[in-house]
Amino acid sequence: MSNNAVDSIPAGNRRTSALRQSLIEFWYYFSESKTAVIGLAFLVGIILMALTADVIAPHDPAVQYRECLEQPPTWGAEKCNFAFGTDYAGRDMLSRIIYGTRLSLVAGGMVVILCLSIGIVFGVVAGYFRGWVDIAIMRIMDTILSVPGLLMALVLVAILGPGLLNAMIAISITYLPHFVRLTRSSYITESTKEYVIASKVAGAGKFRIMFITILPNCMAPLIVQATLSFSTAILDTAALGFLGMGAQPPAPEWGTLIAENRDLMLSAPWTVTFPGLAILLAVLAINLMGDGLRDALDPKMKRS
Amino acid sequence: MFAFILNRIALLVPIFFGVTLVSFGFIRMLPGDPVVALAGERDMTPERHAEMMAKLGLDKPAWQQYLDYVWNLLHGDFGTSVLTNRPILDEFMELFPATIELGVTAMMLAVVIGVPIGIFAAVKRGTFYDQGIMGLSLVGYSMPIFWWGLLLIILFSGIWGLTPISGRISFLYDVPTVTGFLLIDTLLSGEEGAFASAMHHMILPTIVLGTIPLAIIARQTRSAMLEVLSEDYVRTARAKGLSPLRVYGLHALRNAMITVITVIGLQVGTLMAGAILTETIFSWPGIGKWIIFSVFSRDYYAVQGGLVLIAMIIMAVNLIVDVLYGLINPRILHTSS
Amino acid sequence: MSLLEIRNLSVEFQTVSGSFRAVDGVDLDIKETDLLSIVGESGSGKSVSMLALMGLLPWTANVTADKMEFAGLDLRTISNRARRKIIGKDISMIFQEPMSSLNPCFTVGFQIGESLKQHLGLGGAARKKRSIELLDLVGIPAPAERLKAFPHQLSGGMSQRVMIAMAIACNPKLLIADEPSTALDVTIQAQIIDLLVDLQNEKGMALVLITHDMGVVAETAKQVIVMYAGQQVEQQEVDSLFAKPRHPYTHALLNALPERSLHLDRLPTIEGVVPGAGDRPPGCLFAPRCEFVQDDCSQNIPGLQATELGAFRCFHPIDYTGQG
Ligand SMILES: Nc1ncnc2c1ncn2[C@@H]1O[C@H](COP(=O)(O)OP(=O)(O)O)[C@@H](O)[C@H]1O
Ligand SMILES: [Mg+2]
Repeated sequence: MSNNAVDSIPAGNRRTSALRQSLIEFWYYFSESKTAVIGLAFLVGIILMALTADVIAPHDPAVQYRECLEQPPTWGAEKCNFAFGTDYAGRDMLSRIIYGTRLSLVAGGMVVILCLSIGIVFGVVAGYFRGWVDIAIMRIMDTILSVPGLLMALVLVAILGPGLLNAMIAISITYLPHFVRLTRSSYITESTKEYVIASKVAGAGKFRIMFITILPNCMAPLIVQATLSFSTAILDTAALGFLGMGAQPPAPEWGTLIAENRDLMLSAPWTVTFPGLAILLAVLAINLMGDGLRDALDPKMKRS
Repeated sequence: MFAFILNRIALLVPIFFGVTLVSFGFIRMLPGDPVVALAGERDMTPERHAEMMAKLGLDKPAWQQYLDYVWNLLHGDFGTSVLTNRPILDEFMELFPATIELGVTAMMLAVVIGVPIGIFAAVKRGTFYDQGIMGLSLVGYSMPIFWWGLLLIILFSGIWGLTPISGRISFLYDVPTVTGFLLIDTLLSGEEGAFASAMHHMILPTIVLGTIPLAIIARQTRSAMLEVLSEDYVRTARAKGLSPLRVYGLHALRNAMITVITVIGLQVGTLMAGAILTETIFSWPGIGKWIIFSVFSRDYYAVQGGLVLIAMIIMAVNLIVDVLYGLINPRILHTSS
Repeated sequence: MSLLEIRNLSVEFQTVSGSFRAVDGVDLDIKETDLLSIVGESGSGKSVSMLALMGLLPWTANVTADKMEFAGLDLRTISNRARRKIIGKDISMIFQEPMSSLNPCFTVGFQIGESLKQHLGLGGAARKKRSIELLDLVGIPAPAERLKAFPHQLSGGMSQRVMIAMAIACNPKLLIADEPSTALDVTIQAQIIDLLVDLQNEKGMALVLITHDMGVVAETAKQVIVMYAGQQVEQQEVDSLFAKPRHPYTHALLNALPERSLHLDRLPTIEGVVPGAGDRPPGCLFAPRCEFVQDDCSQNIPGLQATELGAFRCFHPIDYTGQG
């Protein structure tokens, strides 16, 4: 085709510099919110904790110290020295919580990845083909949405059987409609814009238009949705664990920790308090970050 | 208006069939032999097995089973509990008032606190109050409510001994069931102290169930108000010399409510999901606890029936919200009639 | 005695990029039955200065003035409660966008009646009667039925008439009309302006007519204030202003009138835009766009110079002495 100056720059270079430019701009807006940066820093801390659990955890999360059953945290303990106390079987709460970070992050991450990949494909397909394909996909999504998420997840786990992996799959299915709807609507908005028509005129193929021309421009709301889903997925995984339908003991998943120590909640409240605090802080950090992301990425909210 | 409602109902029809397909599929996708899974009997003789197959209708082709299923649903037959041998609908209706009672008080708490503080935060935008309210509501929104419930029990029941740990009413009272709503029944019974006891038992569950809707409503009210406050008609109202109460509480709020009503309506799903956890924690004899119990005792017909009933209730509430939305928003009301 | 007297009114907005002076040293004098016109391009601070007077600016605005008195009341120190007694009653204002200035959730009757109840304490029946009178007065056909209409059922012109009815409901002493016809169809514009002028004569109130249309000024106003980038650049009586504008900006605005450029192939325009928050030039704010600019213009800020006919803010005003 044409061979003007711009075309002679390698395509890769052009793209990376544009990407860097937008990343710098993004960081400028994102870092304007102190709380968002705090949330991000906290999340990074949690991720590091999960990665280095083997090193930083003071004890093996599965070892039962028989002589130290239900010991209170260090400051109230008489004989044993465990920072967050021990559970009904004499296991170190702190170590279990640190290892639990891995399960929660993996669960949240898996849900987001599943939802993004499947949701984007369905959303783009619905937005591209419209007609009955669109109607069929969207009616299925409406159906999933018409049942409360946790109930739907419970029913799905009843079919699949309890366990962390099945809980993740079930939760992903209940979140899927949000991703499909979002992708579809921003896809449809984008697809009427001029650059798409230009690309069609230039003879781009179906898949190129769907996934390379249009999709990158729909990413901003999806990223925000993904962040928010990450935090709710951690919450729902813990809820299913608490109900006995998620991760199964002795896995130190946070919700499961609360469930297995529930009978001790009045006699040994630390066994219930600390895991819940861990959930709350993790979810809060991600939500703080999500709020900042939304403000930085959403042009409608920008500079208001 | 009538056309508007009909239109909304028409939109619900495919979802109804979708939900029935899901609940129908649920039973068929259960792992293992469906007869064993459903009847809960082990070591059946082949004759007994065939008999059960016929009784459960499993010997017919799938499409016919589905049509029968929907037909029965439309006639109010939601199946029979394997555990108690009673119609699912009866069990559901018996327990549902407890859930409604809790859901309504939780929602009232969420609206009565959430809407005013959302307005307040919007009016005081950017100030310490705004940041404080928004910070707290983000904490509420991030709350694992099953833990929150346990924490409140530890503090209020365990340490301070202020509230009961579980149940709907003290065992000292034996209130005859009239409406199923204990707050009403205790008043009707005239028994002294019964109403107070029922109220007392509701405090913690209401707070726990109301927390997330409260946080969401406060946040959404704030953002809806912020949007409305920058509108020209709010300036007009102020230019008339109206009091702030009238400007914010009438002119701005009335418009913001259009969004807030929708948000409140969407919380019904959140409430049902929350009820599962809240009722489990407080041993509250409602639908949430029943569903969990049914899942664990493999009473799959009960789970299936509960799923469909809850979905239908949510659809009904959304329909009502849509209609309210039309009533409160004159643009919709007048363009459709 | 003046009804409204303002000296050195300034408004500064706090923005993310620092503070921005949207109104800078405005003086105003309005007597009982005056018709004053304020003209200037959009962004020149016309609305903001009037909103400052009404106390309707957001909290990011900082209003200062040496004097701001309405009918003997000091508007700078007045309490919010006392201000609400005047606003909507003795001073009222109508806005540029009639369609969005009416609350979509309430009927026309409710919105007019609200003012009557607030300031005059009229009961239901009296409010209804008066509202019908008002709608009739502003030329709305079938006023009794219109009371039940919602704003989205009205056209732009009708909405503006309702706004006017609302504004004059309590017989104000001063009516501020902020570009009342700008957002309307050309055919409706003249009707609205005529209505306002008729009402002013009938009711004997003072009227401030904000516009960016010199044509409207020529047909209606007696006194004219020209604003540019937050400053008053010229003030004169309408006839002398049109005959002998002193400030180059006024001159350029008048030259841009179609009826003055019949002999030209194309309408003259003023290059560039009104400086905003970030790009205020040093010295005279109009210097970068001025066709008579000289070296000293961008060094010092010109003050407002009084003349026998009015005032202007320019180092090198257009001189008519040679022409006689
Ligand atoms: N709330 C506000 N915050 C910051 N700047 C504002 C605000 N309102 C108006 N401005 C600025 O003040 C200047 C004057 O605006 P305005 O009075 O509306 O002009 P006009 O002469 O068109 O009525 C403009 O540059 C505008 O951007
Ligand atoms: Mg203006």
